[in-house]
Amino acid sequence: MLRTLLHLIAAAALAAASLAAQAGGVPKPVVKIENPGKCIAPADEMRRNHMEMLKHQRDLTLREGVRGAAAGKAASLNGCIECHASKQTGSVTGGKESFCESCHSYAAVKLDCWDCHQPKAGYKATGAKP
Amino acid sequence: MSHNKRRSFLVASAAGLGTVALGVAVAPGIRLIEVSHANPVRPAGQPASSAVRWGMLVDTTRCATGCDDCVKACAAENGINETVADKRQGAQWIRKIDIKEAKTGRQHSLPMMCQHCANPPCVDVCPTGASMKRADGIVLVDRHVCIGCRYCMMACPYKARSFVHQPLSGQNPEVPRGLGCVESCTLCVHRVDKGQQPACVESCTTAGHNALLFGDLNDPNSEISRRAAAAATSQIRADLKLNTGVRYQGI
Amino acid sequence: MQLAPFSRAEEQRFYLVAAMGGLVTAVGLLAALYMEHAGHVVTGMTNQVVWGMPHVFAIFLIVAASGVLNVASIGSVFGKKVYKKRAPLSGLLCLAMLTGGLFVLMLDLGRADRLIIAATHYNFTSVFAWNVFLYSGMFAIVAVYMWTLMERRMNGYSKPAGFAAFIWRLILTTGTGSIFGFLVARQAYNSAVLAPMFIIMSFAWGLAVFMIVQKTMFWWNSIELHPSVRTRMKNLLGVFVAAVLYFVIAYHMTNLYFAKQIAFERFILLDGGIFPLLLWGGYLLLGTVAPLILIYHPGLSARRGSVMLASLLVVLGAFCQLYVFIIGGQAFPLEIFPGMEVSSSFYDGQVEHYAPSLPEILLGFGGIAIAFLITAVGVRVLHFLPQDDLSQLEAAASISD
Repeated sequence: MLRTLLHLIAAAALAAASLAAQAGGVPKPVVKIENPGKCIAPADEMRRNHMEMLKHQRDLTLREGVRGAAAGKAASLNGCIECHASKQTGSVTGGKESFCESCHSYAAVKLDCWDCHQPKAGYKATGAKP
Repeated sequence: MSHNKRRSFLVASAAGLGTVALGVAVAPGIRLIEVSHANPVRPAGQPASSAVRWGMLVDTTRCATGCDDCVKACAAENGINETVADKRQGAQWIRKIDIKEAKTGRQHSLPMMCQHCANPPCVDVCPTGASMKRADGIVLVDRHVCIGCRYCMMACPYKARSFVHQPLSGQNPEVPRGLGCVESCTLCVHRVDKGQQPACVESCTTAGHNALLFGDLNDPNSEISRRAAAAATSQIRADLKLNTGVRYQGI
Repeated sequence: MQLAPFSRAEEQRFYLVAAMGGLVTAVGLLAALYMEHAGHVVTGMTNQVVWGMPHVFAIFLIVAASGVLNVASIGSVFGKKVYKKRAPLSGLLCLAMLTGGLFVLMLDLGRADRLIIAATHYNFTSVFAWNVFLYSGMFAIVAVYMWTLMERRMNGYSKPAGFAAFIWRLILTTGTGSIFGFLVARQAYNSAVLAPMFIIMSFAWGLAVFMIVQKTMFWWNSIELHPSVRTRMKNLLGVFVAAVLYFVIAYHMTNLYFAKQIAFERFILLDGGIFPLLLWGGYLLLGTVAPLILIYHPGLSARRGSVMLASLLVVLGAFCQLYVFIIGGQAFPLEIFPGMEVSSSFYDGQVEHYAPSLPEILLGFGGIAIAFLITAVGVRVLHFLPQDDLSQLEAAASISD
């Protein structure tokens, strides 16, 4: 029920977006893959299902403690960043042409990962005594 | 009575000597985890098992007042690096508490963090199920469903939880944390799953204090179980019957 | 009783009042937005005092919301005609205040944007989750109840609907009290007496709010409340206020008897700074003793405005009481090592100080404004004004229906 509703909304958003794009209003998203060819699934599937894959793995990992996958490749946010972070900024977010942001702002879908997750590839956190 | 006392003293000193010997045997540069194999690496795709119950033993007799190696290691590992104008709003996953018995003046210093209860009040009260206990006994906050109501902070008897009061950046990629959610010690779950020890334990051991011991409480042959069987240990607020995974020795 | 149609001047007055309500609501919303954006750094709440001013406002509104429905219950469940005339207004106020309270509570969340999660993920061992269920159920039940009251053809069902609403509201207030009552770790809470205490507090606060609204509506329409009704309602308020006092005394007396609680009681009653002041001065003197005198003193109680003043003081006392209960309960150090003196970088063993910031206070007032706005609009568009059958009241010198 909720899913159908979400799909409807997504479809409507997409339709509206494509209309706007035809009118030349909104620039098309920039999809630049810095480190191509290593994805866990074909691009079509990733485009459609990356959120479901990430959500599935997130629940498995956090709540059940499953790390990685027994066979094949598991979805991993840190894994995504390794190939998709921009070479200039080192991040998947933060700019209009960033990998996540360009599509998400085009489709008007809120990004809710990077408030908590580190969006930069190979980032090493430093600690200070609080 | 006196016989018993003498025996327990002997056992304790033997255990102490043993640990000191181990500490000496470990040459600088060699990490203790590589020697002890405290926890095996779980194969990829395997969930955490309830056959394991991770726990920690704090030997307060070895924990020095003013030493905060564990606190620093925790902050570094978990990327707790934000500057907070009002310190009362800052997150503290682990803190050193100095305690003094009011009557006798006997003093201790000890680290306090999430006690990883078997019956955690935070999990009971959480409205969305964000507060959760993993099969192997590690109590975590699922920040994906945490709405930031702070009821768990009201319920926790140890003040182990912190609320993130401001936007964050510079997180450790393996330790996501952010604005508006509650967080606490994860027992370095990301390290434990890789077969490593929590950062606080490692730093305490590396520095030679040996006040912290991590291991499987369910395994009778683990060092933590053997130590807990040999010496008197206690749970903080044992009256609440929360069955904590962190035990203290010497208080 | 015939009411004159709205005059143009009155029309303007209404829009002015509604605009004021809307403005305060908007300011409350902006404050919440600011808190959401900047984080709770802009509030006075900390990792030591985790619940603050928004919770004082929210809990007042929610508890009073369930209590205000009592007026309807006395009419429908216990069959008192005078109260039955007031049942629709009582239902409206209940919904309005519940909305206001939840508005504050929800917008104070660290992740208010995830409200949908609160509705889709239930942890059934959580008292908080029960309350989410109880609050939404309350809306539905009271809405149905009001329908049976206000739709002539449904009048026959008003008694069972009223009964259901009465039972539900008792459970709801028990739930609100239990949010604190089930907190095993904190010395101020963790008591079974909190559930009945919250129920009786809801009786007093709800009736006080009802009296204030009723008086305002009558004044607006230039109607005088019939003296016999006034006497009846004010005496009931007096009984409720006295009953709350009884529970407060019982709560503190039990604590004083337990050696482990004496330090806490000393803090709340004597040397806790603002908290004893608010408890003795705010709750006891202004919120309890003064209203009781205003209600029962033969000379004073007959004076104009004395009941209104008493009701306002009860509300003031309620805020003081909740502040002491919620903030004071957290300001007293959590006892992790009984019998030990403790110190740490996390303020263990220290009395906490809390200074509410402007945004959280504005958010609280926003909740009150929403309740006000809903009431004002509801009263305007529907038939909520209590209309007493004067001939009947006159006929019965002492009402004994």
